[in-house]
Amino acid sequence: MEEEMHTDAKIRAETGAGSSPRGPGCSLRHFACEQNLLSRPDGSASFLQGDTSVLAGVYGPAEVKVSKEIFNKATLEVILRPKIGLPGVAEKSRERLIRNTCEAVVLGTLHPRTSITVVLQVVSDAGSLLACCLNAACMALVDAGVPMRALFCGVTCALDSDGTLVLDPTSKQEKEARAVLTFAVDNVERKLLMSSTKGLFSDAEGSAPSTNQSLPRSSSSAWLRPRRLRNTSSASTGNRCRGVTPRAETSWGRGPLPPPPPTHPLQPEANQRPSLASRSYGLM
Amino acid sequence: MKETPLSNCERRFLLRAIEERKRLDGRQTYDYRNIRISFGTDYGCCIVELGKTRVLGQVSCELVAPKLNRATEGILFFNLELSQMAAPAFEPGRYLNLFLKLLYISDVWLKISKMIYLFKIHFQVWQIRVDLHLLNHDGNIIDAASIAAVVALCHFRRPDVSVQGDEVTLYTPEERDPVPLSIHHMPICVSFAFFQQGTYLLVDPNEREERVMDGLLVIAMNKHREICTIQSSGGIMLLKDQVLRCSKIAGVKVAEITELIQKALENDQKVRKEGGKFGFAESIANQRITAFKMEKATIDTSDVEEKAEEIIAEAEPPSEVVSKPVLWTPGTAQIGEGVENSWGDLEDSEKEDDDEGGSDEAILLDSIKMDTGIEVSDIGSQDAPIILSDSEEEEMIILEPDKNPKKIRTQTTSVKQEKAPNKKPVKRRKKKRAAN
Repeated sequence: MEEEMHTDAKIRAETGAGSSPRGPGCSLRHFACEQNLLSRPDGSASFLQGDTSVLAGVYGPAEVKVSKEIFNKATLEVILRPKIGLPGVAEKSRERLIRNTCEAVVLGTLHPRTSITVVLQVVSDAGSLLACCLNAACMALVDAGVPMRALFCGVTCALDSDGTLVLDPTSKQEKEARAVLTFAVDNVERKLLMSSTKGLFSDAEGSAPSTNQSLPRSSSSAWLRPRRLRNTSSASTGNRCRGVTPRAETSWGRGPLPPPPPTHPLQPEANQRPSLASRSYGLM
Repeated sequence: MKETPLSNCERRFLLRAIEERKRLDGRQTYDYRNIRISFGTDYGCCIVELGKTRVLGQVSCELVAPKLNRATEGILFFNLELSQMAAPAFEPGRYLNLFLKLLYISDVWLKISKMIYLFKIHFQVWQIRVDLHLLNHDGNIIDAASIAAVVALCHFRRPDVSVQGDEVTLYTPEERDPVPLSIHHMPICVSFAFFQQGTYLLVDPNEREERVMDGLLVIAMNKHREICTIQSSGGIMLLKDQVLRCSKIAGVKVAEITELIQKALENDQKVRKEGGKFGFAESIANQRITAFKMEKATIDTSDVEEKAEEIIAEAEPPSEVVSKPVLWTPGTAQIGEGVENSWGDLEDSEKEDDDEGGSDEAILLDSIKMDTGIEVSDIGSQDAPIILSDSEEEEMIILEPDKNPKKIRTQTTSVKQEKAPNKKPVKRRKKKRAAN
């Protein structure tokens, strides 16, 4: 694929032009994706980021139980299964995050009184699991032909004790970091769909990853674009989320954020993002 | 989700084809589908594909106290999960019969076969846990699961342990290389499907064939032609020579499958030793339209910090909707004030709470009217959280108990609307209780 080669060439050119002061940590691990590998689900995808691997299967739009049906849109359900043991609270909270992200992009009103089920199976976990799950879910929804208004992708960043930003951390890097942040961004308007943070970080550090995560996102979207089967409408959903706030643990889907504590008066607006992606990548 | 029922014409077609010794995918009666084994980067992780049926297996271990009645034996814990991905009908709670049957079969053959020797380490034993996840159901789950379990157990490496007198030292993988489990033999299950009251048999039935079969015979055997388990289900009545014939076929099949497993394990070992690439990433095919790979991508983040500071400087300050936490009593705090009270508008569609709720309300109403509430206004203007002494009320609330308190819900459409007013009385009640 020409576009793929072009992407690779561009990346190599960028790295050749001097190493960034942020250090060698800023690179995405080798990633791979395969679609339509299972015969029973309507759509399936396997997403690998380094050694982390997640398999996603989508059933839908299909029949829904009367207790769960919503009269004007589809009921989206996300099930995340860990590899060892029974699913616990951590899986439930990740399921909720992924479900909120998917609900923001899936055009559920086109299929009222149906159910769209996304089943995720963790095949191996070596860091950035939530981002990998988000990516696998998106690819599986695309493979199933579920109408969406945008594609989305997930990226995890880790901030270690001296403020160095590491993208797509491994489990060892995640353990040693003082803050781990995961973001989900859509690719039509580059808006922040979901943000899940753990740890301690300041304002500026928090907004830095949310600005630069558009870069890794565009590399995964580079392939998503030619594969996109549906025209996504340009109508904004109004997913205006504020930037991250310094809290011990925050996670939210779309919708207004809780008011920040008074000691930090300024908060960045996530949608006032500069055209950083277009400058250094020039893909979109 | 409900399983799509099999149509009568499909059933008839399949049975007629079997009578003529024909299978939908072109196999012969005794042919197995293609088996593909791939390993992950962790030890003990593998994915086995039997045709389109896909099973993920993972082995993990831990040191635990032994069972009271088996103080010297290790524990082997086996879990087969029929993921909802595998078939739309595999919802938790549904399909219990099939699941239990599969679990029982798998459990039985694995335990009885005692394939692993787990020894005691000074008051503790190894607990080996095998988790199998069915990812895609295209028939013959039992065989695929058995192959996955055997492969995963053979591939697994447990941490090394040394015992010196009373001291037990458990080494991490960095200190000492992990050790493989001691495996006596590898029992593999072979399934036979019977049709037309035992007249016709097929080896390795796929999903369609399983739907029309009369019964299933499962034989677990190892390559030394020792039968570990025979299980027959479905109520078919088989003759002795039928069972003997099946066991002979099973012997041949098991030998082939065991050879395949050995080869796969050797390949993986070789690749790991030579330092080549291993893991699931390698099993994704190149040059396929449904697959995509991308090498490590470095991202230039040098000017991100400046950009971030620019954004913060340019952004407007957030609106002053800040509410301080209000401490009612030690252990009860409140942030925010909730939304506007809209009880007045929804008098018609008010749902009646339980009688207890109603009587509670009546009692509290009196106490409110007697209280002289302290108006706590300008909550947002102070810096420290506000601690109130007693009988705090934010605002005077005058409820009207005589206006049809026992309204029965008449409308069923506006469910959401009714939920909102239900929440508010609960909120108010809690506050008052904390205050008193």
